Amino acid sequence: MSKGKSKAHGGITSRWGGFFFVLPSIIAVAIFVYGMIAWTLNISLSNKNSSAVHNPKFVGIANFTGLIHDERFTHAFGNLIKFTVVFIAGTLISGFIMALLLEKGIKGEGVFRSVYLYPMAISFIAMGTVWNWLMNSTHGEGAAGINLILAKLHLSFLQSDWYVSPKSSMYAMALPAIWQMSGYVLALFLAGFRGIPDDLREAARVDGASEAKIYRYVLFPQLSPTFLTVLIILGHISMKVFDLIIGISGKTYITDVLAVYMWQVTFDFTNYAKGAAIAMVILLMVAIVVIPYLRYVNKSEEYN
Amino acid sequence: MSSDIVDRITAHVPSHGGSNKKLTGVAQFWLVFRYISLFIILAMIILPIYVLVINSFKGPTVYLPDALNLPKHWTLSTWPEAWAALGVPMMRTLFFVVQSSIISAIIGSINGYVLAKWRFRGSKMVFTLFLFGMFIPYQAIMIPLVQFNRAVGLTGSIYVLVLAHVVYGIPICTLIFRNYYAAIPDEIIEAGRVDGASMVRIYRSIMLPLSIPGFVVVLIWQFTSAWNDFLFAIFLTGGSPSLAVATTALNFITGGMQINYGVNMTASFMASIPTLLVYMFLGRYFLRGLLSGSLKG
Amino acid sequence: MVLPHPIILAENGLLMRKSSVRLAAALAAVALVVTGCSSSSKTDSAAADKQLEIFTWWAAGGEKAGLDGMQAAFEAANPDTKFVNSSIAGGAGVNAKAVLVSRLEANDPPDSFQAHAGMELDGYVKSGKLEDLTSLYASEGWDKVFPADLLKTLTVDGKIYSVPVNIHRANVIWWNPAAAAKAGITAAPATLDDFFADLAKFKAAGITGLSLAGKGDWAIAHLMDWMLLASMGPDKFEGLFNGSTSWTGPEVAAALVNFQKALSYGNKDAGNLEWPDAGKLVTSGKAGFFIMGDWASAQWQSDGLVLGTDYTWAPAPGTVGIYQWLSDSFTLPIGAKDHNAALAWLKVCGSKEGQDAFNPKKGSISVRTDSDLTLYDSYLQAAAAEWKVDRLVGSTVHGVNGNNALMAAYSAAAGKYLSGGAKDNAGLAKDLAAAYEAGKA
Repeated sequence: MSKGKSKAHGGITSRWGGFFFVLPSIIAVAIFVYGMIAWTLNISLSNKNSSAVHNPKFVGIANFTGLIHDERFTHAFGNLIKFTVVFIAGTLISGFIMALLLEKGIKGEGVFRSVYLYPMAISFIAMGTVWNWLMNSTHGEGAAGINLILAKLHLSFLQSDWYVSPKSSMYAMALPAIWQMSGYVLALFLAGFRGIPDDLREAARVDGASEAKIYRYVLFPQLSPTFLTVLIILGHISMKVFDLIIGISGKTYITDVLAVYMWQVTFDFTNYAKGAAIAMVILLMVAIVVIPYLRYVNKSEEYN
Repeated sequence: MSSDIVDRITAHVPSHGGSNKKLTGVAQFWLVFRYISLFIILAMIILPIYVLVINSFKGPTVYLPDALNLPKHWTLSTWPEAWAALGVPMMRTLFFVVQSSIISAIIGSINGYVLAKWRFRGSKMVFTLFLFGMFIPYQAIMIPLVQFNRAVGLTGSIYVLVLAHVVYGIPICTLIFRNYYAAIPDEIIEAGRVDGASMVRIYRSIMLPLSIPGFVVVLIWQFTSAWNDFLFAIFLTGGSPSLAVATTALNFITGGMQINYGVNMTASFMASIPTLLVYMFLGRYFLRGLLSGSLKG
Repeated sequence: MVLPHPIILAENGLLMRKSSVRLAAALAAVALVVTGCSSSSKTDSAAADKQLEIFTWWAAGGEKAGLDGMQAAFEAANPDTKFVNSSIAGGAGVNAKAVLVSRLEANDPPDSFQAHAGMELDGYVKSGKLEDLTSLYASEGWDKVFPADLLKTLTVDGKIYSVPVNIHRANVIWWNPAAAAKAGITAAPATLDDFFADLAKFKAAGITGLSLAGKGDWAIAHLMDWMLLASMGPDKFEGLFNGSTSWTGPEVAAALVNFQKALSYGNKDAGNLEWPDAGKLVTSGKAGFFIMGDWASAQWQSDGLVLGTDYTWAPAPGTVGIYQWLSDSFTLPIGAKDHNAALAWLKVCGSKEGQDAFNPKKGSISVRTDSDLTLYDSYLQAAAAEWKVDRLVGSTVHGVNGNNALMAAYSAAAGKYLSGGAKDNAGLAKDLAAAYEAGKA
């Protein structure tokens, strides 16, 4: 919890409060979010495995157990995990380093900060071709994109196959995602740093702590709520990743992830039940990440 | 997070990195190191945008080996074709995005106000359930949504997109405003109540003026996400040419079987200009407000 | 550039409020009834329907130009019907199919939609989404001017559900004459042995032998599809899709050895490339051969390249005398709002005028055996001549031999193999067998 929060409170709690003002939103969310999740859940438990099924029957979790033996599903699932790990770690680290560099204030900070946010403004529908070019896999002669830049910097040994090699494909796909989100993470961490009262730093300094120790023992622990927040935001973006994959590599086996496979199963194979089951798996994964966090947020607010 | 912290984020912090002070050797080294690092990161961030922009000015013959080089002859020759495809859809997008952003902001502000300051029984539960709505994968609800729109007779109108972005924007907008209002001391409300002001009146005369930064964030956030949205746009418009928006029109150009990279790049850049402009000119307000309403533990 | 004036937007109903849109729609409906009464004598044309909404993935380039030609033919015959082309791009209709599925599920079908002729329509037929068009074939005389082999493929349980507008050829080999001369290649490779010998010559001359496009998987599957056909012959190949040839038997294994060998001559960055990129490697002389459908020719001509000078063609090695075809077709969904207009449109699609307006621009040949060949370029004329005499075999990747599920799994298997994920040929054969099974489910 950041200390600055403590003076505001929960306002007024009464039986009805402002209930009626929120009611329209409650209804909308009930229908469009939960109603439609329920619809999807319902389909996922039925045998609507092709558009020829007109009166679907309840078949329990058959569609889910079927997924376990589906090689494409496990492949997409594994890809998603790889992508998630690299994307979260990469974005966290780069955003954190950027925050460290800016944290003490520096001339031109505003410029750096805003430019670092620009990637958030552009969609991957627009950036797809550019990223595909940048991640061209040709080595040595005829290299293009990032491999060409590496060659010019005499770093040819770093040249990569990017997403066309099965070993590196998902790690490479994480790169554009890191590019897009690290500015946002920087902003969150910067807010975290600036939210730490100066006296803490000063006190440590008076005690004769080195700068490194101040960071390690005084500042970093204060950032753990920010860290958690960032983790959640990135985690749920990662589980749902779709535009980025479609924009850069298209529906290619090697970069398959759950959201893309779900799209194919639902709309190309018209296997609605299986598609819905995959959607529920994505939702479940998001829920596992998000629900504990929401509980944590709720709890920590009670202390105020 | 309180607003004074928000101010501090963007404030100059002279005591640490102050440039007027005489720097010791070590400090000087670190300063240089920091600048070099910052510029390297800047270059990495800019690189893809640079590729997008320069290849929009090379005319129709754009190809990969030349992708990183500046145009030999700067030309706008691909722009008319890109504009012919994107112009009307971009105007249409602007039209619906502005509406959906404003409506979202108003709804979010009301919800946020109530959930932060006029809680009712179960309001915490409501808030949590709202938040979860942020995290659903939209592909999962596309078929029922199309059916719903058909049932209520909304298909064939651009308002399907307004509806979708407003409804699915409720969670994030509510969250941003709620956190924003939560940081405003209760004493202000109490004072208003002592003066006999109603809930609505306090909102109008006290909270609303205080929440301009919140509005800026929500408007920018909703503007960007609605502008860049592809999934809702492609499904809910059903391919109707009179409902084409920026991303779907862009997909006509970049997604076809026959590829003209010159026009492709130009159109991609063109479709990104409005959101880029928003970030360029309003980015710092966005940053400010975002931080004041970010999901903060 | 002039920005559209708000009034223009208002005319499109954009600036109206929802309620006023509804009101306007209601008024229009009334007007329709009134005017409809007065013109009810014209029952033959689409006059009873105010508009026709067709759904395609032809959004740009030669495809769009061809479609415009057919639109003109439709509008000439049906001047009172507004032609609306709802199109969604995305290589080979990947997005279009998804949106179409969602519309059909919501019972909001377009009046006619585009789909590959053949088994790709299977799902729509089985789920009862399409009207039987067999009677149209008789009344328009198409049963006489469309090739019998084609009609046989289109017929499902005695009924035909779509009208093909064009024929593309999948098994074509393309190369750059200058690059071939440099490698000492003087004639088109007619057999697979010739093909591999020529690939070695290209390699010796420092030119990538075979240009590959791996992005999105389908172009690699396209290559594999040809290799299966070339190695196994048409009968065994067709047997793969009716269950009489085993996917894990020796014929497929031998074909996959050839496929593997062909890939070894490919460009290293295949995974990054779409087919136009791979095509450019060939036309610019950086790569030797390219196996791709004949839409490549249309693309290159629109890029200003000249057939015979910048690139040339032959039937793909091992498939001389075989025409591996695919076809775009239009359908009539059950519940189409403008039924009469849709029928009028389908008549244009099957007509000589419609097909000859569409195909020269699209870079395909007419389905009809009586088309006016003077309108077509030299490649298409030659293709049309072979279309009449060759053995016709369907393309798997483009919807003739299998349904959507089979196609998607077939492409994924090839993509997986290209990326090294299938480990070995036996793994690929197993994945292909699974793809065939996926199509049956």
